[in-house]
Amino acid sequence: MATRYMLGNEVIAHACCEANIDFASGYPGTPSSEVIDILRTQDVRDFYVEWSVNEKVALENALAAAWTGVRSLATMKHVGLNVAADPLMTSAYTGVTGGLVILSADDPYAHSSQNEQDSRRYALFAKIPCLDPATVREAGAMMVEAFSLSEEFGLPVLFRPTTRICHSKSDVEPGEVGSDHRTGHFERNPQQYVVIPAHTRVLHKKLNEKQAPVARALVEKGVNTAVVKGTTGIIAGGIAASYVRELLPENVSFAKIGGYPIDPDWLAAFVGQHDKILVVEELSPVIEEAVRMVAAYTIIRGKMDGYLPHEGELDPASVASAMKKAGIIPLRDFPQVTPVPDIPRRPPILCAGCGHRSVFYAIKRVFKDGIFPSDIGCYTLGIQLGVVDTTICMGASITVGSGIYRSGEERDIVCTIGDSTFLHTGIQGLLNAVYNGANMTVVILDNRITAMTGHQPNPNTGVTATGVESPPVSLEAICRSCGATYVERVSSYDLTQCLEAMKAAKARKGVKVIIAYQPCVINARRAGIRRKSFTVDPDVCTGCKTCVRFGCPAIEFHDDKASINELCSGCSVCAQICPTGAIRMEGKK
Amino acid sequence: MSGSYDVLIVGVGGQGTILASNILGEACLIEGKSVRGAETHGMAQRGGSVETHIRIDGKFGPLISPGTADLIVSFDLLEALRYSHFLKEGGVIITNIETIIPTSAFQHDADVPGQEDILNLLSGRDVITVDAAALALEAGTILTQNVVMLGAAAPYLPLAVESLKEAVRRSVPPKTVDTNLKAFDLGRGAPE
Repeated sequence: MATRYMLGNEVIAHACCEANIDFASGYPGTPSSEVIDILRTQDVRDFYVEWSVNEKVALENALAAAWTGVRSLATMKHVGLNVAADPLMTSAYTGVTGGLVILSADDPYAHSSQNEQDSRRYALFAKIPCLDPATVREAGAMMVEAFSLSEEFGLPVLFRPTTRICHSKSDVEPGEVGSDHRTGHFERNPQQYVVIPAHTRVLHKKLNEKQAPVARALVEKGVNTAVVKGTTGIIAGGIAASYVRELLPENVSFAKIGGYPIDPDWLAAFVGQHDKILVVEELSPVIEEAVRMVAAYTIIRGKMDGYLPHEGELDPASVASAMKKAGIIPLRDFPQVTPVPDIPRRPPILCAGCGHRSVFYAIKRVFKDGIFPSDIGCYTLGIQLGVVDTTICMGASITVGSGIYRSGEERDIVCTIGDSTFLHTGIQGLLNAVYNGANMTVVILDNRITAMTGHQPNPNTGVTATGVESPPVSLEAICRSCGATYVERVSSYDLTQCLEAMKAAKARKGVKVIIAYQPCVINARRAGIRRKSFTVDPDVCTGCKTCVRFGCPAIEFHDDKASINELCSGCSVCAQICPTGAIRMEGKK
Repeated sequence: MSGSYDVLIVGVGGQGTILASNILGEACLIEGKSVRGAETHGMAQRGGSVETHIRIDGKFGPLISPGTADLIVSFDLLEALRYSHFLKEGGVIITNIETIIPTSAFQHDADVPGQEDILNLLSGRDVITVDAAALALEAGTILTQNVVMLGAAAPYLPLAVESLKEAVRRSVPPKTVDTNLKAFDLGRGAPE
């Protein structure tokens, strides 16, 4: 095949096709989303692929598929693995027949995440192998290897790329797509698949017996490699190994860790040949801990003694600086530079015409003294409008709200949660809040899509991952069946309707639900929906800035007057909030 | 020496930095050069500041460290200033002369430096400004500003003009090839 300039996630998805994947499931999460997005949009696709409602569901589906002997993949971002942790931990005990690869994409520097957790810890915790690519090219080869490794040892394999693998590009020559597909057959075997205490104690022992052979195999297969060049060495893993390679002097030894568990005997032999070792890795000191465990007389440098940071991502300059500190002269020098100070920030913002913005505006108007737990999605950007007080993890807006209420807090509590997040893990919180008699308002921001991660469909959309029609779920029916007695549906663009529903909710006791509906403005545009744009009449505008504070990127302010630029999508909300009626539809007087 | 020619493309989410990086990547393939790139995906797209790293002849990691970029191509003058510390001694900044004022600056009455202020702050650097909007409109649509900027950058890239043009042909939607090639040529003639 010809060489292509490919995105890491594209290379990973292609490698799944090379490895004859039969089944793929996942829940979107940056930086992992494109893997399923690419698999689901293949022209020719002879495997099953789905967007699941959450990561636990995705993993359980994929695990069952692997039990029937087919090759399966479950994808998620690192925090999604927390949701899937329950099946993960025991899937190591049951093992698999067909290869099962769990892709959990880590996000050093938290580019688009709520924390900087390290998925390698989960692999060690669950006692399953983990593969950690250092380059985009290697990610492809390793993904193919992951399926064979899984089948060789009968264990799920955790595949852990980071943002700088998933969202990096490289010249790559992809391999041939396979066509050797299997059909699942479930072989009844309660000793393996029913983890009652009597069975699980045996399975745990078997799992432990696999550990040393897996570690040895990772060395034999060349996943973990070492070259001795002198009395000083560097050990690195993941993308950090690429940074080290660029800077590595000829006389310094180098060990590259691409897989876990690390064979302690192999590691001890390498470490023992050196006076000093620098360990370079992002996130947790996983390699470093293993190295310190086997080191007898060798000086070990790394995160644990402050040579490298525990937080954020590395880059060539930070690696070079750690090398220098450890007495290793890097091949390149990096100048000390500082950014120009005090440049106005340019944070991401809700799009022009986003329905979330008007709902936030209405919440702020009606619940002036309210407490606003929110959730994970584009709408977390509502923090800029002062209507997001908490965000911790998927689905936690409603539960945080009921927790605050039950603490004795008397102010109004208004939660915001998107449709996809509500279906992911929000429903249980609503059920619990109603069951336990909370007093709060839940606003479901319904844009019919999982927008922030790139517009993936969900059960509220009306189509599956592969575009097959499916009955869109009724959010009203779900909320009513959870026991909510006040469930109102409003148009996000109709400010009067939003305000009326919120006033009504504020006046009632119990758990009130408002479903604010408007399709994602990006999706609507793609679907061909066009509205006339709006304009400001400068003779009527008093420069009061009510519309400017609304925070729409289509609204500007020059020479004491507001104006509307070409980003306007015609949502009309600014015209509804303008106190002097200065904003009108183009062409209208 | 890194052995690679490191280009940082910066701008505002939605301006087409990723397409620009794809064109450079494709041009590298045409010339048989190795290439590494790193992009901003996800939430930062929503009108935020975005950066794309491209290392032409790169063989290692995709990231360019501050103080080492050979070339910065900026689709927005304010973003050129924000990322100017990435430029190496003797490197070149090619920037759009226009700035999109951040919405948050309007909301919070923040002071945004004007064109002259920014150019003064960049005065120690080798800066080339391009009126990308005017040239893009001349080419046929404002949407080609990113390709105008690539055209302006062409003389500084270690890639042949023909390779870049072929890369444009391969990377943009088929119906827009002619407009984009015109934008590229107009950009190429732009720098003084």
